[in-house]
Amino acid sequence: MIEQHIAAYREEAGDLLAELETSLLDLEETPDDTDLIARVFRAMHTIKGSGAMFGFDEIATFTHEVETVFDLVRNGKMVVTRELLDLTLQSRDHISALLDASAGAAEVDRERGEVIIAGLRGLVPGARTETGGQEKQGAAAMHVPETEAAETDLKTWRIRFHPHRELLVCGSNPLALINELRGLGACLVTAQFDELPLLDTLVGEHCYLYWDIILSTSRGEEAIRDVFIFVEDDCRVSIELIDDNQGAEEGAGYKRLGDILVERGDVSLDALQNVLQQQKPLGELLVAEGVISKDKVLSALGEQQHVKNIRQERTAPEPAASIRVPAERLDQLVNLVGEMVTVQARLTQMANSRRDSIFISIAEEVERLTNELRDTALNIRMLPIGSTFSKFKRLVRDLSQELGKEIELVTFGADTELDKTVIEKLNDPLVHIIRNSIDHGIEKPARRLEAGKPAAGTIRLGAEHAGDSVLITIYDDGAGINRDAIRNKAISLGMIPASADLTDQEIYSYIFAPGFSMAATVTSVSGRGVGMDVVKRGIEGLRGTIVVDSELGKGTTITLKIPLTLAIIESLLVRIGPSHFVLPLAAVEECVELSRSDIQEAHGRNLAKVRGSLTPYICLREQFGIPGERPEIEQIVIVLVHGSRVGFVVDFVVGEHQTVIKPLGLLYQDVKGISGATILGDGSVALILSPGDLARMAEVAEQEER
Amino acid sequence: MSVAGITETVQYLTFKLGDEVFAFDVAKVREILELTTITKVPQTPDFMRGVINLRGSVVPVIDLRLTFGMECTEKTVNTCIIVVEVDLSCESIIMGVLADSVQEVVEMEPDHIEPPPQLGTKLNIEFIKGMGKVDDDFVMILDIDKVFSSDELIDIQGRTIQ
Repeated sequence: MIEQHIAAYREEAGDLLAELETSLLDLEETPDDTDLIARVFRAMHTIKGSGAMFGFDEIATFTHEVETVFDLVRNGKMVVTRELLDLTLQSRDHISALLDASAGAAEVDRERGEVIIAGLRGLVPGARTETGGQEKQGAAAMHVPETEAAETDLKTWRIRFHPHRELLVCGSNPLALINELRGLGACLVTAQFDELPLLDTLVGEHCYLYWDIILSTSRGEEAIRDVFIFVEDDCRVSIELIDDNQGAEEGAGYKRLGDILVERGDVSLDALQNVLQQQKPLGELLVAEGVISKDKVLSALGEQQHVKNIRQERTAPEPAASIRVPAERLDQLVNLVGEMVTVQARLTQMANSRRDSIFISIAEEVERLTNELRDTALNIRMLPIGSTFSKFKRLVRDLSQELGKEIELVTFGADTELDKTVIEKLNDPLVHIIRNSIDHGIEKPARRLEAGKPAAGTIRLGAEHAGDSVLITIYDDGAGINRDAIRNKAISLGMIPASADLTDQEIYSYIFAPGFSMAATVTSVSGRGVGMDVVKRGIEGLRGTIVVDSELGKGTTITLKIPLTLAIIESLLVRIGPSHFVLPLAAVEECVELSRSDIQEAHGRNLAKVRGSLTPYICLREQFGIPGERPEIEQIVIVLVHGSRVGFVVDFVVGEHQTVIKPLGLLYQDVKGISGATILGDGSVALILSPGDLARMAEVAEQEER
Repeated sequence: MSVAGITETVQYLTFKLGDEVFAFDVAKVREILELTTITKVPQTPDFMRGVINLRGSVVPVIDLRLTFGMECTEKTVNTCIIVVEVDLSCESIIMGVLADSVQEVVEMEPDHIEPPPQLGTKLNIEFIKGMGKVDDDFVMILDIDKVFSSDELIDIQGRTIQ
């Protein structure tokens, strides 16, 4: 049991540390953002508190020291400086190291922790030495010093604290929490007994009580939430503002008894209305007495309703509840959904062949549900890419310091959602691209000033949706890529003949070749010619593409186009002879017919005239050596490959297909032109074609023929 | 007279390729399927017959007759796919093996198994664990891992890239 808690703490602490890092880096840009300071403080407070609870004493003690300094910042007694942030970031790393060490990783350099703390203490204004003593009082002392704050914005809150049954078993004491609330301001506490069971079923260790607390305090909601910070996961704590000291107009009085009871959830609205219905509504009474016309009552009621609706909208929605689920379970779910999609395809096929309308309607219903289920299941795995971005802030910060460059990382589209696995696999390629931008792209400040650019370079990292893919752009305003230098290097390495006539894209593609580095010397950052090869492999593994665009002296933009998910894609099902193949629908532009006379007219060249322009095509039947006669009229599926249109000739286009991607396994892992397999409605296997690979293979084959 | 490496009494699944009887260690066999539609993966050697759908996973199928220099397996009522687990370069993978017919599961004691003859089997003797005796016939006990990890198969990847 306790191990489970400890594991949960580790996981939670990991998240908090990540949040801490993001907040600290944001704080660097906006040092007086009190929200951020509060967030930093909260993260540390939780790490400390839960740490102490689960026996991570070392972490708790260390974090406490850091927290103390940030408390001063929070109270405005200290300002955020670069040194402070440096030290706090180091502390974050230290806590992370301590956490790893407790999980059995290498021992931590304890002295480092002491150095950090000494540094932090040195920053405290007046470097008060007595802080050590004061700290011992811990969390409880933290709230007290400020109660004398101005009472002008006294607000009244209604808090319902409904503890979890087993709160006491977990070692929390509700009374301590309530006492802490009393410390915040005037407090009216009512205990509710209605959940108390009969004596013979009562478990002595359980907590059956819950409390309604009316608290008037000048401290904000945050302060109240902080009190419940350790228990809010297992307890129901609702905090509502019932009087904000502003709307108290004269004679307005307070809410009606019925309203209060309903708001508290003690009486259901229906029950209240049942009782009230015995008494006629005021409006009806007034109309009945002839004092007022019915329309006027309706209009007044309309106004009432409107204000009510507005107010309802204003009451902030509860923070989105979330639960932690192990990743394997999600993967399993997606696998099952994948199988379901396959079975559903079979069902639909079967229903259509039976021509039984009832059967067909059931199949359609199942199809609709399956599609919804599929979308939901895939959505669960979607995560915002922002968590990855924040890691890069740190990378840019540390690396630019190391290289003596000034670089600002600007990110956008951090909330763009991508499949979990895709995000994980994107990490490495992005690290290499950004390292490259920092090392090769952005120049040293002096060089930049000479070139008439601001001393600080900018790297822009962003994500945006584009159809069923996500575009990730990495832009730097650095030196750009020297096309001729790459060309010369490629020639000297024997990769291309000296006479080769290459487009810009083709030249840029050499920077991704293994062993190709433009760095003159090998440094700790780059020069081994491995990085960009990793990028290319990584992105191709995700079925993505890379486009490089650069202007010498101005900067470089690298755009990665990544499919949203790896598990299920929309595709086009085609047939050649007896075999079925699928093509990813995203890349398909159009389908046109190719008749035998068209082929004769083209004099043996694999070019088709599509609305006036010539489109090269690949005959898949020939390419794959599938025996049999080509039909009289074939179909060309025109696919966009690296920006140009390439046709694939097939016998017959069957139609759209939901493709659940299955790996082909070890034996077939290096087969070119096939990226996987899928299972069709009739249970047979169809292969997924990779248009990019096929086009490249045909190109190479043609060059060899020449 | 026994073979090194075989010390226990083990059950074997015997099957026929052409007129010859072969055997796999039962522990390596997962299941036996009827012949279903095999989807050929283009640009791969002939003995790799393609892939099948095994309850939702895609499983490769190998024609052992072609690796042993016999004619390609023809489809008959008795043709089966024996699904086996193979340790291929440290990874365990599932694959199907075509057999003209599956015979029976027999128990063979170590002293009924002889080392393979150096000559006359027309096969690479590395593939053969031993010659077992069932009644009066000899069966060739195949070492699955060796068959599939022999250079020839590992080379699949090299050869398919054209």
